[in-house]
Amino acid sequence: MKKSVVIGALTAAGLSAGAAAASTLEDVKARGSLNCGVSTGLVGFSSPDANGTWQGFDVAVCRAVAAAVLGDPNAVEFVATTGKTRFTALASGEIDMLARNTTWTLSRDVDLKFTFVGVNYYDGQGFMVPKELNVSSAKELDGATVCIQTGTTTELNLADFFRANNINYEPVPVETNAEAQQQYLAGACDVYTTDASGLAATRAAFEAPDAHVLLPEIISKEPLGPLVRHGDDEWGDVVRWTLNALISAEELGVSSANVASLSESANPETPEINRMLGTEGNLGEMLGLNADWAAKAIGAVGNYGEIFAKNIGEETPVGLARGLNGQWEDGGLLYAPPFR
Amino acid sequence: MTTLSDPPQGSFRLSMLIYDTRYRSLTFQAIAAILLALAIWYLGSNLIQNLRVQGLDIAYDFLVDPAGYDINQTLIEYDSQSAHWRAAIVGILNTLLVAFLACVTATVFGVFAGVLRLSNNWLVRKLMSFYVEIFRNIPVLIWILIIFFIMIAVMPAPRAFRGDEPDATMLLGLFAFTNRGVYIPAPVWGPGSLVVVATFVASIIGIFAYRRYATKLLYDTGRLLPTGWPSLVILIVPTLLVFFIMGRPIGLDVPELGGFNFRGGIQVGAPLIALWFALSIYTGAFIAENVRAGIQAVSRGQTEAAAALGLRPGRVMKLVVLPQALRVIIPPLISQYLNITKNSSLAIAVGYADITATLGGITLNQTGRAIECVLLLMLFYLTISLTISAVMNVYNNSVKLKER
Amino acid sequence: MSDTHAQSVAFVRDTEIPSAPPPYAATGPVKWMRENLFATHANGALTLIALYVIWYVLSGAVPWIFNGLWNTSSLSECREVLDGTVGACFSVLTERWNQLLFGFQYPEEYYWRPTLAFLLLGVAAAPVLFFDLPRKMLAFTAIYPFVAYWLIWGGTMLTPIVAFLGVAAGAMVYKRFVTGSFALGFFGGIFAAFVVWNLGGFLISDTASDTAMLGAVPSRDLGGFMLNMMLGVTCVSLSIPIGIALALGRQSSMPLIKWICVVFIEFIRGVPLITLLFVASVMLAYFFPPESSLDLFLRVVIMITMFSGAYIAEVIRGGLAALPKGQYEAADSLGLDYAQAMRLIILPQALKISIPGIVNIAVGLFKDTTLVSVIGMFDIVGMIRGPILASTEWNGVYWELLGFASVLFFIVCYGISQYSQWLERRLATDHR
Repeated sequence: MKKSVVIGALTAAGLSAGAAAASTLEDVKARGSLNCGVSTGLVGFSSPDANGTWQGFDVAVCRAVAAAVLGDPNAVEFVATTGKTRFTALASGEIDMLARNTTWTLSRDVDLKFTFVGVNYYDGQGFMVPKELNVSSAKELDGATVCIQTGTTTELNLADFFRANNINYEPVPVETNAEAQQQYLAGACDVYTTDASGLAATRAAFEAPDAHVLLPEIISKEPLGPLVRHGDDEWGDVVRWTLNALISAEELGVSSANVASLSESANPETPEINRMLGTEGNLGEMLGLNADWAAKAIGAVGNYGEIFAKNIGEETPVGLARGLNGQWEDGGLLYAPPFR
Repeated sequence: MTTLSDPPQGSFRLSMLIYDTRYRSLTFQAIAAILLALAIWYLGSNLIQNLRVQGLDIAYDFLVDPAGYDINQTLIEYDSQSAHWRAAIVGILNTLLVAFLACVTATVFGVFAGVLRLSNNWLVRKLMSFYVEIFRNIPVLIWILIIFFIMIAVMPAPRAFRGDEPDATMLLGLFAFTNRGVYIPAPVWGPGSLVVVATFVASIIGIFAYRRYATKLLYDTGRLLPTGWPSLVILIVPTLLVFFIMGRPIGLDVPELGGFNFRGGIQVGAPLIALWFALSIYTGAFIAENVRAGIQAVSRGQTEAAAALGLRPGRVMKLVVLPQALRVIIPPLISQYLNITKNSSLAIAVGYADITATLGGITLNQTGRAIECVLLLMLFYLTISLTISAVMNVYNNSVKLKER
Repeated sequence: MSDTHAQSVAFVRDTEIPSAPPPYAATGPVKWMRENLFATHANGALTLIALYVIWYVLSGAVPWIFNGLWNTSSLSECREVLDGTVGACFSVLTERWNQLLFGFQYPEEYYWRPTLAFLLLGVAAAPVLFFDLPRKMLAFTAIYPFVAYWLIWGGTMLTPIVAFLGVAAGAMVYKRFVTGSFALGFFGGIFAAFVVWNLGGFLISDTASDTAMLGAVPSRDLGGFMLNMMLGVTCVSLSIPIGIALALGRQSSMPLIKWICVVFIEFIRGVPLITLLFVASVMLAYFFPPESSLDLFLRVVIMITMFSGAYIAEVIRGGLAALPKGQYEAADSLGLDYAQAMRLIILPQALKISIPGIVNIAVGLFKDTTLVSVIGMFDIVGMIRGPILASTEWNGVYWELLGFASVLFFIVCYGISQYSQWLERRLATDHR
């Protein structure tokens, strides 16, 4: 009798292990939803609104992938991850992809075994100080108290910058942007440092934004992008080319407004659009998706420019200019490989 | 008759493993061992397989790599080029520091509130039960956050000290209370300061010797020597004398506003103060209850008997009630101390660099070595807890009722 | 006789003198104040200090609370309306009320379900907490977990029904065999439950949830104070049997079992809950097959249950140790075996002694559920520090939100501890 209990327990364990680890793409299709890791709340990039719907720049990437793979931008389970849990969540298979303003670095790529599929936002670390301190350069910050958001590369960059310039500072680690903002405004730290995009967004929310200045130094390169696990290249390709489709769409003038009409039939004058939207060739089939995958993605969230304008562009409270994140034709760094 | 006590020999049957109490425990233990082994094997093989699939391994060599981040409150030499293990040591020392400070003040708060809860002053009694109830019934994490936010919002920023008519001034010109922390003067040890310190230590030993002598004299001859003011004299006079004879070798490094911050002196950071205060006031409420229960556990007859012997109220407390109450108070007090140590891990909420924030926080984030970091973290807390329990158990045994 | 008497005495008052009122200082509020507030000089000083503290706190808090605004839509609007005067912006509570209670992902149209589950919890807990209520109500307590599961998570009704049938089958098998041998009944019951669950698993098709009466809600959508309540209630109720087993194991004469229990208890008690939650959030996933459906909520429940199980085990061990040795010997002399002695003699008494301790652990555990915010779950503290404070409308509202969370916790915890004190008085059988 006792033997059978042991066997029963083993069968139960075996059953749960039985669903063999197939490829991520097949898993997502079988499940009917995409598990996407996002930040727990960074306005403009990913944050739930008053109705509990996730909104933001990173969120749009998740929705685009869901639309491309499953045809439904709402078939996404957003998993809120902290700086601590994000990598484990991805490595352990809890999430299929991570779109959480994560900086692409060598050690994350090589040592932690993740594949960064591209860059959706080129950022850099900057400083914000109150105007009344009369500081015009970060090199004048000797002895200052600096608020840093922990769990990011910002701490390392900051340490490097101050050491290289041979000046001292006092770090004040803070957990969330909201708390950093509170401490900074109360004068518990002189300087607030984080990604320049975050600084702009934070300053925009102040009562008197003009009383604070962003210092000219950008002390690091922060290419932020979505990432997937090593070793599943098919899935990596799907996420990579969904991102590329969003970028190319802007370059080629495809937007959520005209994508439906453009993908009705092939237009001989625009072969690349035809290939991307699946009216010509079989690019979707190569990826293991439907022919209209890119059309679905663009139709759901718009092209890169639309996503940018809607979530973090100059019209929004975050109010970021395109800058480095413009198309290469406009002097930016966005340069999607051809759809061929 | 001799066969009566002999068990039947050589007839071992399998069913005896279940029905014979002599063997049954063996059966159970064997089953437990098998289950344990199976569980370990199941979890272990999953771990190994998962790590292999990810191409990861469990290795601790990241500990010797440079940490790359800075820590604001360190008790030992540390900079961003120090190794991760050194950051962990900084964290350990910070944990021990805040735990020690909080244990001391929590005991003070607790004894104070516990005794006042038994006061015959109605208002004070009610106020103290209000304090105890309100702090015991709200999570410590919320208290830490509230107290930290109060500090940030209420205390002046260093820039408030600036200018000709500053909004804030330093206390006695020595202490500065800001929302970045409290700046206090630091002693500067000149040549010959060792002699002063040695004298001070010697005077403390002297006080104990004097009190011992006074007790002995009391028991031997019945003569009562005063202990209060002579102790004070022994404590202060020789040290002061030596201090001036040696030419005032110990100076003070007073904090001064320079640049962005106060410079010089010792900075006790705001996160440390908030955590320290929150932990002590929260745990103090629990200790107050223990103290009250301990004092109430001493039966009234003891107090009455002591009074009947003609002891004054102070002596009744000191010689009769407290020694007996302590026996009841100490064991829960130990677990409160352990709780403080464990709750200090909530430092992460206010950015105090304890072990959870360095090894279990930034190091974990930067290296991504989650399993290794969490294992080391648990090992540390386990060591601390077991050590405190062991030390306290020894003490506990020494005050235990020696029954004959 | 009375006549003579009357004549022999010059004057006799034939009515009683009305008793004079006590001196002014020895009566009424003055006496009370002299005795309770100003008995000695030191006492008087204490009273004055206490009065000052009370005045200081109230003078700050009262205008802030009564000047508070309840219907603005953002912090800046609230500050504009207040126009420099002291006042709270309670409008964040009214605007984010649902988020604070249910988290931001729980579907709005389903809010009645957790609310109903919460109300039913009162009904289910009542017979356990108050012995005077009819025992038949325990039947509802038995089915409550399955009802609550179904209400909160939704999905197909078959899941909780199969789970309930499994438990019921196990209980029946246990009842049938326990008179013969406890081990047979116990393991037989577990086996029966497993059989029913495995068979029932085939009945539930994968698509059953789509057409269910109540829409399914994934557990990562749970949040707010509801999450604290769920974690608290689930983990406490699960950890009591585990605590009993561990306590008995620690007292066992079998060295291996004793050793396992001691190591487990001391390990869990030696580390902070937060490290166990780190284990749940960053390590536990590695110990199970990649596709196993162990979501974060379940992992956290496992860890908190283990945590409180170890603490409850120590409380129960205290209860076991407090029983006079005579009780054990009496059980032995009646010829009861170990299981019978424990079930019929020892545990009922030991548990009675341990109840106040268990309630204390439960209160502590409930408060500790706020720690899940550190690992990125959106309980009430997580909601406050995360989505609400990060939103552009309410960035900077701390006191109102943290104060609200404090009030909620205070009500629940104070209620439980008052219950515990009532129970202590109720169960006190000694005469003091």
